[in-house]
Amino acid sequence: MAVSVTHPLVRYMARRAVFAAMLVVLVSSGAMLLARVAPGDFTSEMLTEGASRTTMARERERLGLDRSIASSYVEWARRTSRLDFGESFKFGRPVGALVAERAGNTAALALAALVVATVIGLPLGVVAGTRSGVVPSIIRAASIVGLSLPPLVLAILLSWAAARAGWWPGASTTNPGGILWWSLDRARLLVLPVCALAIPVAATLERLQARAIRDALDEPCLLAASARGIPIARLRWRHALRLSLTPVLSVYGLMAGSLLSGSFAVEVVMAWPGLGRLMYEALLARDVNLVAGCAAAGAVFVAAGTLASDIAAAWADPRVREGA
Amino acid sequence: MRRTGLGVLVCLALAGLLAPWLAPNPPTVQYRDYVWSPPARPRILGPDGSPQGLFIYPPRLVDRIERRYEPDVTKPTSLAWFTRGRLLTSADPSVPWFPLGTDALGRDVAARLLLGARASIGVAFLATLGALLLGAVIGGVAGYVGGAVDEVLMRATEVVLVLPVLYVVLALRASLPLVLPPFTLFVILVVVLALVGWPTVARGVRGIVANEAAREYAVAARASGAGPWRILWRHLLPASFSFLGTQALLLVPAFIVAEATLSYVGLGFAPPVPSWGNMLQDAANARAISEFPWMLAPALAIAVVVFALNLAIERGDPLA
Repeated sequence: MAVSVTHPLVRYMARRAVFAAMLVVLVSSGAMLLARVAPGDFTSEMLTEGASRTTMARERERLGLDRSIASSYVEWARRTSRLDFGESFKFGRPVGALVAERAGNTAALALAALVVATVIGLPLGVVAGTRSGVVPSIIRAASIVGLSLPPLVLAILLSWAAARAGWWPGASTTNPGGILWWSLDRARLLVLPVCALAIPVAATLERLQARAIRDALDEPCLLAASARGIPIARLRWRHALRLSLTPVLSVYGLMAGSLLSGSFAVEVVMAWPGLGRLMYEALLARDVNLVAGCAAAGAVFVAAGTLASDIAAAWADPRVREGA
Repeated sequence: MRRTGLGVLVCLALAGLLAPWLAPNPPTVQYRDYVWSPPARPRILGPDGSPQGLFIYPPRLVDRIERRYEPDVTKPTSLAWFTRGRLLTSADPSVPWFPLGTDALGRDVAARLLLGARASIGVAFLATLGALLLGAVIGGVAGYVGGAVDEVLMRATEVVLVLPVLYVVLALRASLPLVLPPFTLFVILVVVLALVGWPTVARGVRGIVANEAAREYAVAARASGAGPWRILWRHLLPASFSFLGTQALLLVPAFIVAEATLSYVGLGFAPPVPSWGNMLQDAANARAISEFPWMLAPALAIAVVVFALNLAIERGDPLA
């Protein structure tokens, strides 16, 4: 199949890609300006350490904080467009490397949580939405409980349980080396934070999937399919599931944002060195370059999430694909 | 279940309002002799098994280093109703009763939890009202006017919608002075939360209004000379009321959690004003968590409120 530029799907994806790019530019610019406009600046801290007026003025000049907001924004934008994100005032390291490291930690946490939540939530949702009886009621009750445990609360409760039971995972000292051991060690550290983040998401997905598949089963096309004698299990797990994916996938696009929010709470409670904590430290220190860098990374994360869900929606539903 | 859920929320809000009367002790007094004191269980049966009326065995410090307490069975202290302007408190002012124990400074956790409900639920409730109003106006205008206005407003809505709420709240709050008087802070938190909460509301309202505007009654209203604001306000927006109700039930718990997270990281309500978030901060270190589990009370309070509201949605949503 030849895909021409005028194909509706290509046009649709192009429109979504432009939106994603705009999002990144808008958010990082907004964050940079916000950090610059905020009262106080990076040198305010020095005042408490008894720095003289001239030292502070020199430091301001070095960091470019003496210039007008407009001119420093133009300079920042020019630099950033060449993918040079400048240096963090607070850490004295290039923002690009610093953010990439922390964003990687957050992405690992969020992706693992998303996978776990999907694997748990969607099948339970299909069961709860297509059957009646005790099992769906139990699933539903469990989901409502899961929904009531936001990552902040769950992270604290899990930390408590872990401290009580003595399975607080400290850093491993007996590391015999090797990539396999290293990744296993990492995975062990991930368990609790991922649980704290994944359980409410799994509950959300379950509720959503249950409702979507119930609606899908009412569609005339499924009535027709069952009239043709397609077995009920196949009807549920293939036909209805595929039809129900569209509303579920549209929520996946918004999931990136809530995963980042949840991840922030988990990072703070469980001392996970992620993007949210870095952004928090940068904001408090008025570290302009770093704030903008973190915001850009967050926006890229969110934009990637919406793009991925758009592509998946086009795959799952031919009506989106054909631009109808 | 909707009734049950909303009932729990109303009870908690009332508990917050009546906090000074319900709590057995003032929330800010530091009882130096009772640091990290465990909860004292109210008892009815005396040692010989006969009912004695409500009394407690006050905690007695047995290990100063480990802060270990034991119930002092030699000094049963009775609890008195409606004394010293409180619902139920210790009859002997020199032996205070802590139903949920005390924190690191010897303050009554129960009293702080009740007072904290004010900050937590109050902020969430007002911010929800703000978000609903903002969303209804933006969505209503977009849906009714349509065209380029609709396009611009909905793009903006989409941008705000995909942003991670906590990051935005954090950035907005952190760019203001760190130390603010409690009332200013209250207003700022309400405004900041409302500013991130409106997009889902606006989206839904836009759909409903655009749909209703094409119906005959809206056309009839226009034909009889009603202005656009009147049509929007009196005729179209009421169609979205049940949607707004469901959204409110979703926003309140989200805002309670957001406020708690902000206070937890030190950008929300600052001590001595208690909120569930800054109380959790006290519970945060590993030792406090494992040895003084009553400090987790605010986490449970948050879970209970969110649970109650989820129950309310479960029946309230016609699609569920």
